[in-house]
Amino acid sequence: MARIFTTDYDPCGCGRNHADMACDMPTDGTGAMGQVVEEAVLRAVFPQAATRRAMLNTFGGATLLAAIGDILPLVDAREAFAQTPAAPEKRDLKIGFIAITCATPIIMADPMGFYRRQGLNVEVLRTAGWAVIRDRAIAREFDAAHMLAPMPLAMSLGVGVASPQPWSVAAIENINGQAITLANKHRDKRDPKDWRGFRFAVPFDFSMHNYLLRAYVAQAGLDPDRDIQIRAVPPPEMVANLRADNIDGFLGPDPFNQRAVFDGVGFIHLLTRELWDGHPCCAFAVPAAMPREMPNTFAALMKAIVEATAYSNNPANRREVAAAISGPNYLNQPQTVVEQVLTGTFANGLGQVQRVPERVGFEPFPYHSMAIWILTQMRRWGQLQREVDYAAVASQVFLALDAGRAMRDLGLTVPANPMRNETILGRSFDPAQPDAYLNSFAIKR
Amino acid sequence: MQKPVSAWRATLLSLIILTCFLGTWELALQGAGQGGGAAIDPEYAALLGQAAASGGQTPMPKPSEIGRRLFQLLSDPFYIRGPNDQGIGIQVAYSLGRVLLGFGMAALIAIPLGFVIGMSPLLNAALNPFIQVLRPVSPLAWMPLALFTIQDSSISAVFVIFICSIWPMLLNTAFGVSAVRREWLNVARTLEAGTWRTAFRVILPAAAPTILTGMRISIGIAWLVIVAAEMLVGGTGIGYWVWNQWNNLSIADICIAILMIGLVGLALDRLLGLLARAVAWQE
Repeated sequence: MARIFTTDYDPCGCGRNHADMACDMPTDGTGAMGQVVEEAVLRAVFPQAATRRAMLNTFGGATLLAAIGDILPLVDAREAFAQTPAAPEKRDLKIGFIAITCATPIIMADPMGFYRRQGLNVEVLRTAGWAVIRDRAIAREFDAAHMLAPMPLAMSLGVGVASPQPWSVAAIENINGQAITLANKHRDKRDPKDWRGFRFAVPFDFSMHNYLLRAYVAQAGLDPDRDIQIRAVPPPEMVANLRADNIDGFLGPDPFNQRAVFDGVGFIHLLTRELWDGHPCCAFAVPAAMPREMPNTFAALMKAIVEATAYSNNPANRREVAAAISGPNYLNQPQTVVEQVLTGTFANGLGQVQRVPERVGFEPFPYHSMAIWILTQMRRWGQLQREVDYAAVASQVFLALDAGRAMRDLGLTVPANPMRNETILGRSFDPAQPDAYLNSFAIKR
Repeated sequence: MQKPVSAWRATLLSLIILTCFLGTWELALQGAGQGGGAAIDPEYAALLGQAAASGGQTPMPKPSEIGRRLFQLLSDPFYIRGPNDQGIGIQVAYSLGRVLLGFGMAALIAIPLGFVIGMSPLLNAALNPFIQVLRPVSPLAWMPLALFTIQDSSISAVFVIFICSIWPMLLNTAFGVSAVRREWLNVARTLEAGTWRTAFRVILPAAAPTILTGMRISIGIAWLVIVAAEMLVGGTGIGYWVWNQWNNLSIADICIAILMIGLVGLALDRLLGLLARAVAWQE
């Protein structure tokens, strides 16, 4: 019980170093929070300080508590107390998003009340493009933002920005859920070997879309910088450009792949889950200092996001979610388009209805192996010109510990290890051997 | 000199041209977007847009569809349903606010500075290269710089308006001031009028029509720029609204936005036109 009165700076009493990550506070009622409960119970049972001290001296704390525990459900009280969040330091938050289905958990948490339930008053603001999201995030106009998973890595490393901006991936938003869409006139060119001279759009230079498209065409023997053209185009403008014959196709986020089919301008060549099943796409990003500066707000936000992500992932809720987010305040798209993306029963633009319930998934856990793969691709295509310690950067930027804690609080299964072997484009990727993986490619910068 | 035409005949001709234009548009799109009508699986067709379901592409909207949508938008122009969904009237108001702010600041700086430049041939020659280089820069080129340095998107939008609308006013003021007739300045000098008195009683009235012309050009530019700036920055305003409707590939809404932008621009121009008439003089 003495630990409650220690004066060392150790806000949650876990005894760990809080350099960059929030503390992994035990939520089973042990640890510092549990001791606070025991102290409070003793005070309640023996309100007079003299009596309490006398009893403690005679019987000892443990015996007394055990005796009280026979009558009072002390274990439950300790757990309940540990899970009662302290009041958020900041309630009114602004979160920027891009109007794509990847942002589903961030968006649907607003109309479906997930933020409110955590005592947060969140305004979700639609933003015009990834560069604007990044700049407004750096200017702290947003408290948190929807970003492409590689963006916080690039920003933290100072790649593509004037100076390093430490931002973290607090949770992954979605896995899979992207597609390669080609113009209708290329119906017969389904083999990437025939794509020489094609002009493709991807949402941003630092995006999974860019890396996946590059890896895919490079595997077919085309050099993505010489044999095809890749342009960064904001997702909403992709369909308009495809229609105007400005591009031959795009590897883009939904609903724009489905929208191209809906408007009769393109067809879905493949879903990105066929390239890497379970690949991350977008992330819920927060300033790296947030867990330290506003731990309670951060915890509440994480709970809301993880809960919203789990809710969105449930196939039974997908139609309801589609209805909640397709309106003009959020995605501003025909509901049937969003529904086809989320339910995975969709028209492919070639006359068939496909049923792929795993078309998009929502899983919050930010595996470090995902970050390491992204870093290898940044190296592969010359975006990152220097050696980095892959694992260190990954664990600093991808907050697996915090996401895991929020998941555990909600009773979700937390992966035991933030490193896992991935299968990408039919090849195994071992996150412990990033250099060997990188050196095995013939086409690289 | 041409003979003056009667107003009603001109109006009649305008109306005829408009009717012909809209009529041709409507007729040309009759049956557009229909594909070969190949038999498609009904389940598949239900997942597509109307035009794509019959094998075609979603066509350009007809004027009648645009008209219906316009009526729908104008019947409730000031609603607010969340930060991302607000009525078209509110969006126009946001844009007007930004334009007036940026334009007002530009005027506050451009007119006094233009005065000084116009009165001093040395300063004129010294500053001219800077003005000539900065003047033709597009608003879109300023935007990343503004966002990076100012670090606030709404102030950046105003700054871009400011920087783009300052030049015509500056140049016109300088030109108007330097073109004041020598004799008038000499008369002022013989009457022993001081510098300030000369500036306000002789030069300002003489240069006012030129200055107003510069302001008129500037407000036109400011209104052009706001659409581009808001498309980039997002959030609110008619430019953002255009971008947002493009996002939804809603061409009807974009046509309506074009109409609104045109009408508001016309109104702004007319307003300054009235001002210009008030300060005009004839020898």
